[in-house]
Formats: sequence, structure tokens, C-alpha cells
Amino acid sequence: MTKRLFMKGNEALAMAAIEAGCRYYFGYPITPQSDIPEYMARELPRLGGEFVQAESEVASINMLLGASATGARAMTSSSSPGISLKQEGISYMAGAELPGVIVNICRSGPGLGGIDASQADYFQAVKGGGHGGYHIIVLAPSSVQEMYDLTMLAFDLSDLYRIPAMILGDSVVGQMKESFVPHPRPLRDLPPKEWVVRGREKGEQRVVKSLYLGDGELEAHNWKLHARYAELKEKEVRREEFMLDDAELIVTAFGSAARIARSAVMAARDKGLKVGLLRPITLFPFPEKAFRAATQRCRKVLAIELNAGQMVEDVRLSVARDAEVFFYGRPPGAGSLPTPEELLVQIEKYC
Amino acid sequence: MRYDVFIAGFGGQGVLMAGNLLGYAAIIEGKNVSFFPSYGVEKRGGAAMCTVVIADTDVGSPVVGNPSVALILNQTSFDKFAARVKTGGLCIVNSSLVDPTGLSRTDIEVIAIPMNEIAIELGDHRMVNMVAVGAYAARTGAVAIATFEEALRQTLPERNHRFIPANIRAIAAGAQRV
Repeated sequence: MTKRLFMKGNEALAMAAIEAGCRYYFGYPITPQSDIPEYMARELPRLGGEFVQAESEVASINMLLGASATGARAMTSSSSPGISLKQEGISYMAGAELPGVIVNICRSGPGLGGIDASQADYFQAVKGGGHGGYHIIVLAPSSVQEMYDLTMLAFDLSDLYRIPAMILGDSVVGQMKESFVPHPRPLRDLPPKEWVVRGREKGEQRVVKSLYLGDGELEAHNWKLHARYAELKEKEVRREEFMLDDAELIVTAFGSAARIARSAVMAARDKGLKVGLLRPITLFPFPEKAFRAATQRCRKVLAIELNAGQMVEDVRLSVARDAEVFFYGRPPGAGSLPTPEELLVQIEKYC
Repeated sequence: MRYDVFIAGFGGQGVLMAGNLLGYAAIIEGKNVSFFPSYGVEKRGGAAMCTVVIADTDVGSPVVGNPSVALILNQTSFDKFAARVKTGGLCIVNSSLVDPTGLSRTDIEVIAIPMNEIAIELGDHRMVNMVAVGAYAARTGAVAIATFEEALRQTLPERNHRFIPANIRAIAAGAQRV
């Protein structure tokens, strides 16, 4: 599997899920992610898997919960309004310590909004979009190659930490075609799933649940979950640093915005401006330490997002105390996708 | 080496097919490429547009503000995108459907080719996108004309491979006009 392919990001993501051993997919169609169920519908049956077009998003997230409870690798995908509908199920999965991969190829909102690229679901993804104070793992690909690589990683991290994992993309990374090289699933030691649901006749009964009613039980359960989030922050942060060493302005952006911003950073460099890029790849856990370290030396940060300002809040919480954080963003919609030329103008304001 | 191009027309003119074909050709030549369709509510008769970037190194942003070339198949796309071509850039227009005389800028070159007529002469008006791609590749050298035969094999579903010779003729006809 070293041949370069030319495929849509959504298709590369679906291909990676299958390579990662996902054999169960549940979903409901919505633009701009429908290439994923289309691919799964075509490929899963001949691999002995199951593709289910559910009657709703609520049904499909609960099917994912059920499949995960049996220990199977499974996935669902949707786009923003559909992901809103899935939040209850995601909260139940988080509470029941169930792995599972959820893909959000975001569209613009609020409400029905539009189908254009958007990063306005950042808060929902990283702050626990459902009730109960949980987190999920959130990965933000910025190329078709990363749609492939991070999907595979999402399954492993999700199994390893027993936390649902989300791929957060949009129509830029989902609908764009690029060259990428697929690769086999990397070897990784994963703990045996000794928690999968089991009836009494096969030994000790095992129940998968998120209900804890005993005195102190739920608090202890929550502390266990939060210890795992702390462990994620310690071990699983991923980010890309580009031309940061001598930078006098740090540009930060994730996903598709980072892809556009990177070209703007290179154009700024061509003009002799000392600008670098710090791109969070894991949005949860957020690369807090990387921001703190980078802003020890360079005190100016410009956050760029396809929304009116969300990740910038986490950037502000992470930077060194006297660093200045600026923001440029556009609420998403038709004709609102910023170009590298426009971002260069913004960068020049702070140089 | 970096080539970026807007391809625009109305839905049904094969704008996305043209972008895909360039993408496959670039891959065959060992280059990097991004093909980004403007993802709107495209339908037949509506607006269709894509951005293709071909590069030896990293393609960088798949989203481009001011491309070096625009390949324009209808009037509304000309009115919208000709203004965005980079200074010193090039606009290749389908003069069967586009009247470029209203353009107020003189800092870009305009090449007018009657693409519909050429396609009809070769047997099918639907090959207008092939004429366009041929003209673009011949003029810019972004990919070699000879690569398109294999690229068509990879782009088209098997059942349409019988149309490849006709498409190759349309690409060659477009290439001759620049």
C-alpha cells in the first residue's frame, strides 16, 4: 500500500476506517459528508461488515454505542445539525467509557445554516457537546493524508483510553481531492476489551452503563474519567510547528483554516516577515504546553478560524501571561472562505 | 513550479470533470495536486467552479484568491472571476458563450477560443471541457498533452472508455488554438 492515490478526503477517511478494522457503520445522509456512507455502503458488505442507514441521527449514534459495547470497532458520521442530534448518545458513550469514532464534516450554522466550510462546531466538539461535563478526543485533519492518518489514530486512541473520538473536518478537507499514500494499520499494543457486555451464562455478568446511583459512586466515576483526560493531555497532544524558531508573530489555526494560513505564512516569509505557524492537530487534548513554550519567546499570536472566535479562547488560556492574542475569523457561509491573500493582509497588520 | 487555475462554468459543462482530469494527469506525472470544488448547491444550469493547484513541492492552500490562470466557460463565470486573476495572469475563455470585450483591465492576457463550435465540429458539444483543458495544458505546460490518455482512463468509468479517442481529439484541438 505505497501507491499514491487521488481521492476525496471523505473517501480517504472511510478507507482508513476500514483499514483500521472498522466493520460497522451507522449513519444518516447529510451534505457534505455523504461520500463516507456511500463508500462504507459499497465496501463493508463484501468485507463481512454491516452498513446501516439508520432512520435518524439519534438512532445511528445509539447503534454505535451498542456496537462498541460488544467490543467491535464502529463509526458514525454526520454534519453539524446531525452531530447536534447525536450529542445525547455521545454523552452516554462518554459516561459508559465506550470507544467509537464519530466524524463531523461541519457545515455552517446555526440552525440549518448552509453547506459551506465552517469551524463553528469547535466549542461543541472540545467542551463536551452533550450534558454531564465530559470530554472526547478531537482530531483536526488539514489534508487528505491526515484524513487517512488521523482516522486510523482515532480508532486506536479511542480504544486505548475508552473515550469516544471525533474527527472534526469540513467541506474543504472532505470534498477536496489530493494525492495521499494509504498505509496499513500501524502496530500498537491495545489492552484486551475485558469490559465488553456479557450475560451471566458466560461467567461473571458485565454491564455497560452510565448510571451510578450509590453514595459517592458517581463522583468517583467522574474523577476516574477526568484522570483519563489529564493522561490524554500528558501523552497524546499532537501539533505541527512551522517556522517558529525565529518567528516574531505566531499564527495559529487548525484544519482547513491552517492549510490556508500556512500559505499566507509562506507568503509573509517571502516578504521578509518573521512569521510562523503553530497548528493544533489534537483539539482535545489541546496543545497547551506548546503554546506556553512558544510564547515564552514570541509574545504575539494571531488566531485564525472559520468562525467568530472559539479556539482563540483556548489559545488565550494557554499562552504565557504577557503574550498578546489577536483574532481574525469569519462566520462561515457561501463566499466567506478566506483566501491566503486575505490572510496575508491580516498577518501584515501585526508585523 | 506551481500552477493554479480556476475552472468555472455552469453545471453540465464538465467543469469538475475537467479539474479532475488535470488532477489525475498531474498524479501520473508524479506531481502533487489539489482539486477543490467550490462546494455549493451545484446542479445542471447552476454555477460550477473548482480550483486546481499543481506543484512539484507542497501544493499549499487548496483555496486560492487570485489564480494565475482562469479557464472560463460561460459569461456569468467571466463576470465573476476575470477580476480575480492575478496581475500578469491569463484568462482562457470560451468565446462561444463569453463576450470578453467588456473587461476593464489590461493587466491580464485574454485568449478567446470558440470551444463549443470546436466541440460540435468534432461530434459532440459535451466535449467543450476537453477543448478547454487542452488549451490550458498546451499554453501553461502544467501537464503534458500526452498524459491525458492515461488520465482519461483513470478519470472515466470503464463504460465510458470508448469515448477516450474522441476526447483526445478534442484536447488536441484545444491545444492547437493556443
